[in-house]
Amino acid sequence: MSQDIPLASGGVGSSTPRLESHAKVTGKAEYIHNLRLPGMLHGKIFRSSVAHGRILGIDTRAAQAVPGVHAVVTGEDVLRVIPDPYYGPAFHDQPILALGKVRYIGEPVAVVLAADPHVAEEAAALIEAEYEELPAVFDEIEATNSEAIVHEELRPAGTFPDLKHLKGRKNTNIGLDFRLRRGDVESAFARAEHVFEHRFRVQPVMHVPLEPFVSAAEPGDRCLTIHSATQMPSFVRIEIARLLGWPDSQVRVKSALLGGGFGAKVYIKLEALVAALALIAQRPVKISLRMEEQFYTITNHAATVRIKSGVNAAGKITARHCEVWWNGGAYADIGPRITQKSGFTAAGPYDIEHVHIDSYAMYTNLPPAGAMRGFGVPQLVWAYESHTDMIARALGMDPLEFRMRNILRDGREHATGTVMRDTPIDRVLAQLAERMRRQGPLDRGQGSVRRGRGIAVGIKASISPTTSMAMVTVAADGSASVFSNTVDMGQGSDTAMAQIVAQALGIPVSMVRTVRPDTAVVPYDMGTLGSRSTFHMGHALRAAAEDARRQLDAMKAEVGLAPDAAIPIGGLFLRRFGMRGAGNVTGTGTYTPRYAPVDPETGLSPDITPYWMTGAAGAEVEVDTETGHVTVTRLVNVADAGRAINPRIVDSQLSGASIMQLGATLYEHMQFAQGELTNGALAYYKIPGMHDIPASIESGLVEAEQHSGPFGAKGVGESASFGVSPAIANAIEDAIGVRLTELPLTPEVVYRALRAKDGRALTEE
Amino acid sequence: MGPDGDVIAFKLNGKEVTARVAPHHTLVEVLRNEFGLFGARESCGQGLCGCCTVLVDGQAVSGCLYLGALVAGAEVGTVESLARDGELSCVQQAFVECGAFQCGFCTPGFVMMASQLLERNPDPDEGEIRDYLAGNLCRCATYPQVVEAVRCAASRQRESAIHSIHFKTDKEEDKHHA
Repeated sequence: MSQDIPLASGGVGSSTPRLESHAKVTGKAEYIHNLRLPGMLHGKIFRSSVAHGRILGIDTRAAQAVPGVHAVVTGEDVLRVIPDPYYGPAFHDQPILALGKVRYIGEPVAVVLAADPHVAEEAAALIEAEYEELPAVFDEIEATNSEAIVHEELRPAGTFPDLKHLKGRKNTNIGLDFRLRRGDVESAFARAEHVFEHRFRVQPVMHVPLEPFVSAAEPGDRCLTIHSATQMPSFVRIEIARLLGWPDSQVRVKSALLGGGFGAKVYIKLEALVAALALIAQRPVKISLRMEEQFYTITNHAATVRIKSGVNAAGKITARHCEVWWNGGAYADIGPRITQKSGFTAAGPYDIEHVHIDSYAMYTNLPPAGAMRGFGVPQLVWAYESHTDMIARALGMDPLEFRMRNILRDGREHATGTVMRDTPIDRVLAQLAERMRRQGPLDRGQGSVRRGRGIAVGIKASISPTTSMAMVTVAADGSASVFSNTVDMGQGSDTAMAQIVAQALGIPVSMVRTVRPDTAVVPYDMGTLGSRSTFHMGHALRAAAEDARRQLDAMKAEVGLAPDAAIPIGGLFLRRFGMRGAGNVTGTGTYTPRYAPVDPETGLSPDITPYWMTGAAGAEVEVDTETGHVTVTRLVNVADAGRAINPRIVDSQLSGASIMQLGATLYEHMQFAQGELTNGALAYYKIPGMHDIPASIESGLVEAEQHSGPFGAKGVGESASFGVSPAIANAIEDAIGVRLTELPLTPEVVYRALRAKDGRALTEE
Repeated sequence: MGPDGDVIAFKLNGKEVTARVAPHHTLVEVLRNEFGLFGARESCGQGLCGCCTVLVDGQAVSGCLYLGALVAGAEVGTVESLARDGELSCVQQAFVECGAFQCGFCTPGFVMMASQLLERNPDPDEGEIRDYLAGNLCRCATYPQVVEAVRCAASRQRESAIHSIHFKTDKEEDKHHA
């Protein structure tokens, strides 16, 4: 219906400025960071200093004695308000404050509450804890057979059916062992002309949202309101209600604009802690983490990937076996989902007959790892696109041609058995190649300056099973309000959603307002993650807007107008209700995509995802062979965006994701010494700044309509993170003939590899 | 100064104000807690990200490290002073049009520094823009769009400066004729 409506002003396809633009440039944008509540206490966290140990005692006396301290709270105190204080989306494994054991350095052990945050901080520094240290394990491979066992017993949350078989399992650090079996790789390897096997590693990095984690809880009369910089208001509500044993309706979760999320602010972070503290103190409690503390809260997954491929004489990949070990840290968070959901894409965007994948979620004594932009896919693309290039080189084939020969095309089955649709991987790759060629032949440099080019492409499945619900109200003046729990953390969802609603209602986008996420008034949504919102919430909102339109049409009939009668909405309401401004219509919409669960034995499913995302990157690098310093001089990103709702915002999502991944490729690295983070602050943990942006950076879109998407759209927030790391490593090999298999690609790593290639390897010292 | 601090007087966004400031309170805390100004915000806490950028006597400082008490008698400018009567400054307008922000948390700092850059150098080249904004971090990495916005603001400011010079010259000529 609404596709016939002419382009609404600022509607779908228009690069209308973000709706909250004015607030953001004037400093008036609302973040939870700014929140102050009457009578509010500030909480400051005392953290574990051992990686694995039994808590023998916590001495809080000195902290209690500090004037102005309201209370000092430990895990034992939490039991008074929450008898089973373990949370998590996959496993109920994470205590609100450590109980009995600590499992990583930086784990919250106690909290000081005070009206003055400086007092709380000073007092927290006076707490002393005594531990009996236990053996600890930090490496994801060592964790498979370590004497250090992070959790005595596994406690699946019951949310995901594929974790049920792990219930009660003891003496293991394996939080999920996902397997995919398609065909028979072993006999295919035996028949193959060439077999290649390589191993890759990805380092731990952190999201570093510039608004550090912040949550507040406000106790009320038989209710609790949580204000949180969260990407998942609905999940927070359900999980806090579960912990408290309360009806969901007694927990209200409100969010605001987020100062960055990137996957850090999903599921439970500080919310369970502030909920417990507010109930203990019977006062509002806010915890604002310092930048340093973010590094103890959540990280990406460091990972080891082993990948083996068989290739026939024609340059066709016939078999691939991928083994992936995900370093999940001390608490599972959403790691098992990454292990499965990204795990099944580990063989890459290639058409391969025989595929085996083994993907393991590992517990270690490091800070918990969870979702981060790309949800594990950048780690996998790093491995399979480095591997792909290495094969092409070994075969003496052009890397583009080798990829094109093996690429997965629409109508063919992905390794999972799901048939590819609206996924133009070949066109994304072709556009990338075309853009790379435009620059003409590369000046390969001379002397100590060498240049090279590299490309890479990756795919990601969207989320399923999942549901978004939404509501659209149209007021008597024809303006509309959007009730959506999608959280705008910078990706521009408020604007995109308003554009979708404006388009569906046929009104200018300036007449649309988005109501901030609030579980008391806004319907359920799974969460703002995995680039799902444009597609899933977009569908729900379009349905809600169309429902509202139908009601407006019905209103026409009620007042005796023909369905096509041209009457302004304001005039229609006036005729219906007889009073200026009276009345409104409320449209609702729900979207749940089709999904077929994976077979537990084979990991196969005929309908694994509602859509695929494709992202490719091309890099030109300049390597200084005397220092190992790599400069990315040109970075090209091409992604499939379906139909872009707001092309300018899509473009900045692509450049932004690629630059973020550039940091993780070249220097970002959380460095641990026996589990102790040694660089958890921006002074030591460098993220990309103005000078790190390639001199030339460009983005291209393949606008292939996603036929199942709202107005043909699909998610795009992660796509440009996929290919950056391997494209740069491939370019480095092109420039200097050395292959790097571990991230990040620091000057030291590059220089050591160069020396080793020349037979002059440097010693570790 | 006692532990609760002293009352200090300073000029905030053009207005004379007073506040009781404890010796350990940072300028960002003073702006938030005493004046409800949230545009300058603490992020890294180390003076490295630029989210807390505030002008003190015309000089950009890191408000998360700068002690509040030190602004006694000084002139303090925050991002909230840039828009006049709801009308965005040229730099702010360019940031909006070029889509030079995503989450917006770092934006006030970028807007402050970009404004100061254009005051000192009305025609910066790309290298100068990057140099000047090297102390501001944007985790959404909206850097290419920020550079574009600063160039756009610079060219508009130069045009309007030329325009106002012409205007002035015309007027002076009128006076001369009169």
